[in-house]
Amino acid sequence: MELLVRHNVTVSGREDGQPMVFAHGFGCDQHMWRFVSPAFEADHKVVLFDHIGAGESDLSAYDPDRYSTLGGYADDVVAICRELGLEDVIFVGHSVSAMIGVLAARRAPELFASLVLVGPSPRYVNDGDYTGGFDRSAIDELLDALDSNYLGWSTAMAPVIMGNPDRPQLGEELTNSFCRTDPDIVRRFARVTILSDNRDDLAKVSVPTLVLQCKNDVIAPLAVGEYVRDAMPNATMTLLAATGHCPNLSAPEETVDAIRRFLGHAIPAQA
Amino acid sequence: MTAGSTDALEAFCNALADDDPEELYDRAPCGYLSTTPDGVIVKVNQTLLTLTGFERTDLVGERTFAELLSPGGQIYHETHFAPLLRMQGRAREIALDLVRKDGSRLPVLVNAILEFDDAGGPRVIRTAVFDATDRREYERELLRAKSRAEESEARARALAQTLQQTLIPPTPPEIPGLSVAAAYRPAGDGSEVGGDFYDVFQIRSGKWIVVIGDVRGKGVEAAVVTALARHTIRAAAVDGRPPSEVLRVLNDVLIQNESERFCTVACVQLTQKVDDWTAALSSAGHPLPLLRQPSGPLLTMGRPGTLLGVVADPDLSDTRVTLTSGDLLLLFTDGVTEARTNGDLYGDERLEAVMTEAEPTAGGVVAAVLDDVLRYQQEQARDDIALVALGVPA
Repeated sequence: MELLVRHNVTVSGREDGQPMVFAHGFGCDQHMWRFVSPAFEADHKVVLFDHIGAGESDLSAYDPDRYSTLGGYADDVVAICRELGLEDVIFVGHSVSAMIGVLAARRAPELFASLVLVGPSPRYVNDGDYTGGFDRSAIDELLDALDSNYLGWSTAMAPVIMGNPDRPQLGEELTNSFCRTDPDIVRRFARVTILSDNRDDLAKVSVPTLVLQCKNDVIAPLAVGEYVRDAMPNATMTLLAATGHCPNLSAPEETVDAIRRFLGHAIPAQA
Repeated sequence: MTAGSTDALEAFCNALADDDPEELYDRAPCGYLSTTPDGVIVKVNQTLLTLTGFERTDLVGERTFAELLSPGGQIYHETHFAPLLRMQGRAREIALDLVRKDGSRLPVLVNAILEFDDAGGPRVIRTAVFDATDRREYERELLRAKSRAEESEARARALAQTLQQTLIPPTPPEIPGLSVAAAYRPAGDGSEVGGDFYDVFQIRSGKWIVVIGDVRGKGVEAAVVTALARHTIRAAAVDGRPPSEVLRVLNDVLIQNESERFCTVACVQLTQKVDDWTAALSSAGHPLPLLRQPSGPLLTMGRPGTLLGVVADPDLSDTRVTLTSGDLLLLFTDGVTEARTNGDLYGDERLEAVMTEAEPTAGGVVAAVLDDVLRYQQEQARDDIALVALGVPA
């Protein structure tokens, strides 16, 4: 139970439905899925959580060593699935959590039935012939932006905000709360994310996988989505009409439809 | 303020006087831009063009707001700004860098609102952009100062811990033929050097000195006196003079040192006699050691004496006792007996009870006392705690 509290895990939907685990990316928290995950509650057990260091997770559980690579986050995903006794998991990961899902499926292939990768990138930084989209200097610019935007965070406020389970949902009085967390943790997560290189992991995960690719995604460009599709043995790609990096927010219906179509193909409907 | 925005302000004030809405928009003292929900720019004001150096035709229908940002800023936009805007319908005081047409950077503060249509779908994003060049430089200065302060604090903590380690033996002390156990807990979170110390050292074959002490106060100044005390005792004890004479030397040194600090010390000289040990003890204002024997009540050993560093001729004496098989001697500092919780004092009686009940070994006594006194204070020691126990094997 402690693990579930630490990750602010919420479970909804059909108790006996095939589980879907939604993982948020760098920047915000599980609320990223609020326009998407409810669409699956009629047929699935829907599991949401916050990565340690994000949202309403237990910030005191943040261990810089454990989370110095994406592997630490993948271990958490596996641990949550095991704690809940999930099987045949459909993992839906946005942004950096797409690769966290790939790593989780490498570590515990028996848990996962399929992966939905929303805006995946196995490496954000350009490397020889590989075009990730960013130079290393982008890291410093991002860290500068993070330093300049504490988003209402202050050390004095932190315990009040984090310790209050009745936190008003995204209310006026807590502007920016949904992206707010400890600046030091955010800096570390930003660095781990941008420097991650999971290209070699892609070929080793053979569960049915859907790459959901937006147009004009500056963080995960089309060529990167195609790279992921081509490198994974059992992946297909759907190119969305949505633009940007967050179709789960900007085009939730299109996102839901694409996932539904994929699940219909990949997994025969249960009798 | 740049020259451009000063002009803009003047033009804005003129427009305000004329109450011309077009001019108020175009000449506003901040940049305005409207975009589709996807971020494609559909309308900009003149101030924004002046700030960025772009022509209207460079932007309208051609670029997204995110494309005006630095690459790192684009990541921030996609992972924080855009989600905030979509979830809250607004984003306030977001600091970003715009890239001007000539490639230079313009630090800005951005407020944005997302307007919805009647069906509840997103319709347009309206964004106001404020030149924040000076403010950003000021904030960077604050951040630099903050990070310097944090580094400095970390260095002070490391220094305190290093200094602390010089006040106690680097390895657990051992005396052949005796079991020895010791413990040391600095007060609080260990960020400040305490004034307690102990030492165990040999002066010749079968002859050892065990000393425990407490320098009044904390911090670097106390640590200097503590180091002085520890090394003076080592130098003075080496010729085998009685403990009271050793402490008298330390008293002279402290008085000559003109330090405001004074200290309490208990010094034991141990001499091996076949199976037994003779212990000669002198206390200078220090809590008296406790002696537990296989039978009989717990005894306090020695006479209190005068603390050191205060008067030129302190009252110091030696008490001799023979330690035989099964005897246990505990030296401690007042961090034990004067531990407090909710105004209550730990006290001598509780210490004596714990020592009486403890497993009858040096290690057992030290572990039991340390555990009990820390638990008594909810693990938050308000004063340093030092313990040394000596046991004659049964």
